[in-house]
Parts: sequence; structure tokens; C-alpha cells
Amino acid sequence: MSNSMRGQVAVAGVGETDYYKRGEAPEAEFKLALSAILRACEDAGIDPKRVDGFASYSNDRSDPSRLAAALGCEELRFANMQWGGGGGGGSGAVANAAAAIHAGLADTVVVFRALAQGQFGRFGQGPRRNTIAGDFAHTVPYGLMSPAQMFAMKVVRFMHDHGVAQEALRAISLACYHHAQANPRAVMYGRPLDEAKYDDSRWIVEPFHLFDCCLENDGAAAMVLVSAERARDLPNRPCFVLGAVAGSDYRAGASVHNTPNYASSTFKTLAPRLYDMAAVGPADVDVLQSYENFTGGVLMSLVEHGFCAPEACNDFFVKDRFLAPSGDLPLNTSGGNLAECYMHGLGLNVEAVRQIRGQSTSQVPDAEVSMVISGPMVTPVSACIFGSEATL
Amino acid sequence: MSDYYLHAGLPQPVATPLDEPYWSALRENELKIQRCISCGGWQWGPEWICHRCHGDALEFANVAAEGVLYSYERVWHPVHPALAEQGAYLVGLVELPQADNVRVVGNILGDPQQQVTIGAPVRGVFEHHEDAERPYTLLHWELR
Repeated sequence: MSNSMRGQVAVAGVGETDYYKRGEAPEAEFKLALSAILRACEDAGIDPKRVDGFASYSNDRSDPSRLAAALGCEELRFANMQWGGGGGGGSGAVANAAAAIHAGLADTVVVFRALAQGQFGRFGQGPRRNTIAGDFAHTVPYGLMSPAQMFAMKVVRFMHDHGVAQEALRAISLACYHHAQANPRAVMYGRPLDEAKYDDSRWIVEPFHLFDCCLENDGAAAMVLVSAERARDLPNRPCFVLGAVAGSDYRAGASVHNTPNYASSTFKTLAPRLYDMAAVGPADVDVLQSYENFTGGVLMSLVEHGFCAPEACNDFFVKDRFLAPSGDLPLNTSGGNLAECYMHGLGLNVEAVRQIRGQSTSQVPDAEVSMVISGPMVTPVSACIFGSEATL
Repeated sequence: MSDYYLHAGLPQPVATPLDEPYWSALRENELKIQRCISCGGWQWGPEWICHRCHGDALEFANVAAEGVLYSYERVWHPVHPALAEQGAYLVGLVELPQADNVRVVGNILGDPQQQVTIGAPVRGVFEHHEDAERPYTLLHWELR
């Protein structure tokens, strides 16, 4: 691919606050954002005042101009918001930051996400008002209003079409909880999950048990991106952006569940573009972080990224395959959105960087190609692939 | 109240300029879906222009309230106070073969624990909420 940004930009530093149950953050959301950014800059060995760009997603409330003012940044050159809700923009923000650096719009760009749901309201609740108009008037009065309810409809159809059993979803949840037991940062650290506990857990909406659903958390995460050339002179082992894409296929945004390609994670057109840009294929991926708003999204994401044929899901989705260090596709090695923290998935990108650096609490030996799939089933969605120096 | 499929108290639908003919038609026990006058194509949810030919001459045309169940879900966890005592309920996604297979959402009437089969033919049932401050009608579905 000509003019590709493959290998041109690298993650130089990552930072996170402590992660809290929703409503339990002891600090303001904006302060959480600042704390994560300061930690990422410290990790990168970069003066925060030299940050000249910010990229976020999902209508993050921490405005880049206010962040730059609070941090005393010398100049602001890139203030970017990826459109769309949920975690669909997690890797999209990485793509935007990398593109800005590659194009010379900015030199030091922070990708961040901060959430304090207790201060601003929850995601997993229906609207509390007497009337509703527009697209949601056609779903909410029928009791279809939460993210779990919006997405279960897609997953039911996918599982019907391809004969997928509940155990496939269970394997994803078990892998996430397994990895969280090695990760002291994880909200579910010390709270293991087994088959019986999963099976006995209550339904939220079929086919999602309680443990198929992400957490709701408070906290913040940040990453500092710079040019590959500059990253090589900084303290950390550079984590290069091999590819990063965002978008969706034909009329994915059609309202009232009229997306033509319905039983989908929305990656049908994006996955080939990602692999093309990164010049790798699914067989080259050493470790995968796949956004679990709900396990069904992971199921369809892995299929659409070519890890598994749709009719082979029942054989492919078994726990041991997904466990670091020995599984052939270690998945969500920090515990992910189900068991580490729901930071709208940016924690997955941070974990993907740790794997390249060799710093995960569930490290995959010699991880060179580290992939992230962000926010399945919404639109736009996004994905990225990080690589070590050896992949360039 | 007890005649409604779901307990009262959920947000009530209010028409917008874009979907007003749909809501008005439901009041009259009719299903109207948006159709392009120029190319004859159906689309749902409603848009300001036709996504096929980009014409902006759009009408709402009658469609028989008969469809095919495209997907469904059985909801257990109440995410709204009005549903706290509801128990499980079924939501269906119904394709309308007479309107280019556009899909509409409605509840599937009957026992919430019933076996539901994707691909099953379904028939529309109009549920009139006359006691609402601004009366409105929902469209549910039952197995044919």
C-alpha cells in the first residue's frame, strides 16, 4: 500500500488511573483524565507541556482545549473526536492520532478516555422521561432500550444462522475472568468465574447471562503517540502502529434495526482493510484484545476478522485456546471490559501495548503482533494492530 | 392497564415530522411504511430522502401487517422502573415481505416463555393506548 502509515507512528507511553466500580471514583472525571495523561507522559518520558494533540471518542466530556490549558501545553495543534457511541472509536482515536502525526498535523498526540458514570449517569439504564421521539420511539415503548437489548437481537440471529451454542459465549467470559485473576488492577481481581457460576448466573437478555455483559466503571486511560523515529529515542520499547481503521459497511447506520448486514459485528469491510494496511493476516496475530460490550460481539468480531469460520464457532470458542501464555489465540489478557475495567475499551489498547513491551500480567511470550478490535455492533467501529520493531 | 403487553410507565412515543404518518396510521389500525414516489423503493426507519435514488418525494404507503420473524429476544433484567415487576418479555424484529423486507420492532404476544422460531410468519396486533395524555398505538405481533 502506497503512502501507508504502517510503522510510521508508535505508542511511546501509556497511563491509567486506578479503576473503580461505577460511581465510586473519588475524583472528578476531568481530574481522572488529567491523571491518566500525566502518567502516560511520565511513562513515555515526555514533558506533558509538549503534548500538542488530543484524540478521543464516544463524546468524551474532557475537552481538549481545557486539557491543554490545565496541562499548560505550549501549543494545541490537533483536537479530535471520533464520532459514534460505545467503544466503537477506541482504535479509531488511535487511527486519527497516528494519521495526524504521519501527516504532520501534530507531533505528540494523546489518545484518552475518561469516565465517571456516577457523576454523569449510566449507560445500562433506560431513558427516564415520559415521552420519546425519533428513532428510539420505535423501540423503547416495546422495552428495547439498553445496549444489551439492542445487541442481543443481532447475536440471536447470528447464533441461529450458524448453529452456535451458548458454550461459545461462555468460553469468552471465562477467558476474561481467568486473566483478571492475574491482574491486580482488575476490578474482578480475586473474583474468579467457572462454568457452574456462569451457568447459574441470571439472564440479562437471552443469550446474555450476567457474565456476558461488560462492567460499568469509573476511571481514565491514556496513550501518548509520537513518530516512530522519535519513539526509538524514548525509554520504552516502541510499540508501532502497523494498521488502524474505522468505519462500517453499507447502511450500517440504518435506523430501527434495518442495517442490511444485521447479524454482524460491523467489521465486514474493515477487517480486510486493516490486514492490508498492517500487512499481516489473522494467523500472524500473537495476542488479541477484542472489545466485549457483550460476549456475542466478540464471537462475531473474531469471525469477521477471519480467526474462525462462522460454522466452526462451537469448535473454535473453547476457553483453553484463549488463555495466555499457551493458548493459540490469547484473548483479553488483562481481563478486558468484562473483568478488568470498562474504560470504553481503551484499556484494551493499553493492554495490547503492554504485550508488545512484555509487561502484561498475562504475558504472551515473544508477542510481536498485538491486535485490538474496538466496540463491535455499533457504527462506526474500529480496530488496530500494533507491532514490535521486528515486524517492520 | 392489564390489557397492555408491557406494564404502563415506559416513555410514550411522540411523532416527529419525519414519522408522523406512521403513528397516525397505527391509530387507524393501519401500517404505513415510507416509500419513494420516484423509484418505488421502500425504506425504514424513515429518512428525508430515498437512499436509492436520492429523490425527496416520499410517501407513506399501506402495507399489510403481516411479516416474518427475523430475530427476537427474551428480556429478563428490567432496565426501567416501569418493568420492575414485569418479568420476562419478548421483543421481535419482523421483516415485511410486502415492503422490500424492511424491519419493524414489536413485542411478540403470548406466553413470554413460548418457543420462538426465527422465520415464523407473524400477524400484527394493534395495541391502542387510549388512556395516555396523547393517545398512541403500538404494533405487536402474534404467531400466525
